[in-house]
Amino acid sequence: MDKKMASWMFTKMNDIRNFENQVQKIFATGEIPGFVHLYAGEEAVAVGVCAHLENLDYITSTHRGHGHCIAKGCDLNGMMAEIFGKETGLCNGKGGSMHIADLEVGMLGANGIVGGGFPLAVGAGLSADILENGGVAVCFFGDGANNHGTFHEGINIAAALNLPVVFVAENNGFGEATPFEYATSAKTIADRAIAYDIPGVRVDGNDVTKVYEVAEEAIERARNGEGPTLIEAITYRTSGHFEGDNQAYKSESDKEKWPVEVDCIEQFKAYALENKLLSKTELEELEKASLKAVEEAVEFAHHSKVPNEEALTENVYVSYK
Amino acid sequence: MARKITFSKAINEAMDIAMERDNKVILIGEDVAGGATVDHLQDEEAWGGVFGVTKGLGNKFGRKRVIDMPIAEAGYMGASVAAAVTGLRPISELMFNDFIGSAMDEIMNQGAKIRYMFGGKAEVPLTIRTSHGAGAGAAAQHSQSLYGMLTAIPGLKVVVPSNPYDAKGLLLTAIEDNDMVAFFEDKTLYSMKGEVPEGYYTIPLGKAEIKRAGDDLTIVAIGKMVQVAESAANQLAKQNVEVEIIDPRSLSPLDEDTILQSVEKTGRLLIIDEANPRCNVATDISAMVVDKGFDFLDAPIKMVTAPHAPTPFATNLEQLYIPRAETVVRTVKDMIGELTLSR
Ligand SMILES: Cc1ncc(C[n+]2csc(CCOP(=O)(O)OP(=O)(O)O)c2C)c(N)n1
Ligand SMILES: [Mg+2]
Repeated sequence: MDKKMASWMFTKMNDIRNFENQVQKIFATGEIPGFVHLYAGEEAVAVGVCAHLENLDYITSTHRGHGHCIAKGCDLNGMMAEIFGKETGLCNGKGGSMHIADLEVGMLGANGIVGGGFPLAVGAGLSADILENGGVAVCFFGDGANNHGTFHEGINIAAALNLPVVFVAENNGFGEATPFEYATSAKTIADRAIAYDIPGVRVDGNDVTKVYEVAEEAIERARNGEGPTLIEAITYRTSGHFEGDNQAYKSESDKEKWPVEVDCIEQFKAYALENKLLSKTELEELEKASLKAVEEAVEFAHHSKVPNEEALTENVYVSYK
Repeated sequence: MARKITFSKAINEAMDIAMERDNKVILIGEDVAGGATVDHLQDEEAWGGVFGVTKGLGNKFGRKRVIDMPIAEAGYMGASVAAAVTGLRPISELMFNDFIGSAMDEIMNQGAKIRYMFGGKAEVPLTIRTSHGAGAGAAAQHSQSLYGMLTAIPGLKVVVPSNPYDAKGLLLTAIEDNDMVAFFEDKTLYSMKGEVPEGYYTIPLGKAEIKRAGDDLTIVAIGKMVQVAESAANQLAKQNVEVEIIDPRSLSPLDEDTILQSVEKTGRLLIIDEANPRCNVATDISAMVVDKGFDFLDAPIKMVTAPHAPTPFATNLEQLYIPRAETVVRTVKDMIGELTLSR
């Protein structure tokens, strides 16, 4: 990893953290409609993986999608405006938090349906394969989603057809209020790769350098026509399932340990300093710039207009004939 | 004065009573208790459902009867069907009706058809509870009203309560019914309060309720749309227009007689359905009235529905998406004409 990559990763992780902190704060005031699922604490997964992706590569995401969007290059202003339901949002305010998408940067959408991303990623992989454009597709999904039928159907198709798809599980221990161990018969998600005869790897999802390494190999394999890989990143969501969740199912020790002892941003900061990738001043400057960018996004969203009434029935079809 | 409780609590009470009366009744769904196998919780539930509707049932009846499921709707809905056929009386929760895509085969091809295909040998005493409706800012994949899709399926009964009293009585009936029943709960009604008796009572399926009597025009309104109809009716009454409001309560079976009798009296019919306008329950009721009561009609039947579009996220658009009283008032005036208004 070089200095440029280190500074990109540090910035992206900070952008996600700052973005989620702002969303959390503003959601509490009632200004953001609906519900939001925050990615704080899991930044290293999206960032470590997307570090290897280009605009022509696609990702599919989940209900907890802000982090994936930012890591893949979605515009912060457009994202924040979308979450506010404003016309300037990436989806013109019609999608909201759970449906942020930007095809230009290869972001195939957050998703309100658990398990919705697997077949979509397979489809993007199929396009890349047939169009021979060298692209890959990455499917981010939660530990809860690994029990959905689409997980099995999607991975099997990708493996059977040898498509350039990488499946990235974010095992944060819970699907809503249900522990991974209760809902999943396998010991690990990575173990399930055995059934599809593809590589399955477990990685510390709070160490962005480890995620970066594992993802590099998997994405290389996919690009070289060697087929899919299943990566399981172990992580923790420091917020509730959604904002307002009582989180009664979390243990006190986990709640204390994860955000502090194994915080992915702090870990990477130490790593970057130790390996002389970034100096203390540089880190501080990047932190400041990130804070500022997110604050600007909030301003932008605040000052944007709500969609015109006509938007209600626009874009249902391409053609109405 | 009678006791007032929320729509949510009324539904909770119905399940509580049903589970007390019959130990074959079990509750299945995602996080219906929550926190399964979490050490510090012991057997305490963490959630009681994502909306808190099943709160307390896990603690009271235990995890053997209140079963949290993996996120696998096809798996547990199909299991619920066969559990019903083989001796249990499950209540199976589909958190949002929008997730029906993940469980449709189990509902449509298995549950709804088993009895018929088996020549009447099987019964499927399964109740599917699910939430529907826009207005919560939940966007396109969490806001639909899909009861019409299920009403189209033979072998499946469909219930859409509009208030706490009906919700409790209808749910108890649904659970006791020996056919599969889909029970739709508007998520924006969960906090609605209303008078609900304590203890056991039932309301039959296929029996509409006349919520308000009137001679000028009939409004059939589904679920939360009853409130829209009532608000429109109040405005219209000030202009001497008296509408009759009918809440069908169950869409399958449908109380055709009550609707037809009302239309025979008023000569005019407007239907309010929050679902999208094509092939919905409004078009279905309209077709029924044209078929069986054409001679009663003095004006074309009108429908007020959501547009033919997914539910938008932006609050201002979402408010336009949901049928509104002002649209109903305007439509009613058009139907009745100036003549009557100046009467
Ligand atoms: C098909 C479907 N079923 C259920 C839900 C409700 N739901 C939303 S998020 C979620 C939990 C997902 O858990 P996981 O996959 O571990 O992701 P995490 O929230 O932990 O990131 C559930 C059950 C849904 N959105 N879609
Ligand atoms: Mg999870």
